[in-house]
Amino acid sequence: MKRGFIPLLGLVLLIGVSALARATDGFQAVTSDGARQLSVARHPRSIPDVRLIDQNGHSFSLADYRGKTLLVDFIYTRCPTLCGVLGNDFHRVLAAMPNKQLDLLSVSFDPANDDHEALKLYGDRFGATAPRWRIAVAADRRGLDALLRTFGVVVIPDGIGGFVHDGFIYVVDQHGRFANIIEPNASAQMIEAAMRPAKP
Amino acid sequence: MRRIARYKLLLAACVAWACLWLPPLRSMLESDMTLHMTVQLPLLTAIGVMLAMVLRPHEPCWFADADWLGIPGVLLAIFTTSLWMLPRMLDLALGNVSIDLLKFASLPLLAGLPLGLSWPRVPALGRAFLWANLISMLATMGGLYLGAPQRLCAYYRLDQQSAAGTALVAIAIVLGLAWFIVLFIGAPSPAKPRSADKSRINERFGWGASHTFPRS
Repeated sequence: MKRGFIPLLGLVLLIGVSALARATDGFQAVTSDGARQLSVARHPRSIPDVRLIDQNGHSFSLADYRGKTLLVDFIYTRCPTLCGVLGNDFHRVLAAMPNKQLDLLSVSFDPANDDHEALKLYGDRFGATAPRWRIAVAADRRGLDALLRTFGVVVIPDGIGGFVHDGFIYVVDQHGRFANIIEPNASAQMIEAAMRPAKP
Repeated sequence: MRRIARYKLLLAACVAWACLWLPPLRSMLESDMTLHMTVQLPLLTAIGVMLAMVLRPHEPCWFADADWLGIPGVLLAIFTTSLWMLPRMLDLALGNVSIDLLKFASLPLLAGLPLGLSWPRVPALGRAFLWANLISMLATMGGLYLGAPQRLCAYYRLDQQSAAGTALVAIAIVLGLAWFIVLFIGAPSPAKPRSADKSRINERFGWGASHTFPRS
């Protein structure tokens, strides 16, 4: 064994293991979704006060939801698959918890195609009525980008005119913080558990 | 290697590095998961190996001494390439240009360069172990991408992920077959006198002139 081998090996191991640990949040997350879930559970994120326009053409702000739990999903109304599942999930949530202090918000990330007529048609398919369940678009592109960035939502073209996106439901707590993520097709019990208030 | 040849290699490595970073090629290679994983990442590592060929005569003595059997250098290369094979790191590189720049700097300098400098010091058995590990890792990773029901990278579609998985498995099969042929069959060559057999085997197994074929 040559001189300097052990210190060099130790340095390489230290740098390599530290880099891998940092990149995987302590060897717990190898995907962006996993990392986002851990990050939100540890440090809930304040959501920006974005102005939106709902299916009836009414303008509202995310700050209006303070004091209530809000479930948010991201959709586009032409979506042939996942957004239908999300719509059904929200319909089930409303049916299971009719009296809970809870509001629902479906945000379209396709403002070019989703005018308030399209949003209304999407809402009618699943029995959405404002203000309990709003289907909305951000008032401007900056607002939409800020929302997508805060919730860590990535939308990519699917190559056939539509979009590929995730099917998670995002929980915003009473303090206006993005506090939890619910997997697609979660049961009502799982959704209720995910909405339990976190420490302020 | 002669000085002029070294300068040419250095120039080629720098040009390749710059071309890969320029938006048309970078966007094209990063727009598809298969191209990103099986073309861009290996090319960036190969640039580092080219740099190692240029810098080998100037390698500091302390590093050549401390890099016993090439272990630290190869280990650094393994850590760096493993890092950039993580779906989360691919996403971060696609979503943030400074992380992409980090990828463009670290793969040549912390993977290809140490690998190129350390490889000649790795004994034959170590090289065989590393090849076997690389092939099995590519096959396992390809299988995972092929079998995953959900997208692992936020920036790539499920069909792109499956195609990347297929490509990784195909590369593992081709590398495995090539390795098998080189080790056990060898390329067809004209008949040589029997005395040349030992040196041919030494050469095939990667034992250099300093090693001798074990006595039977």
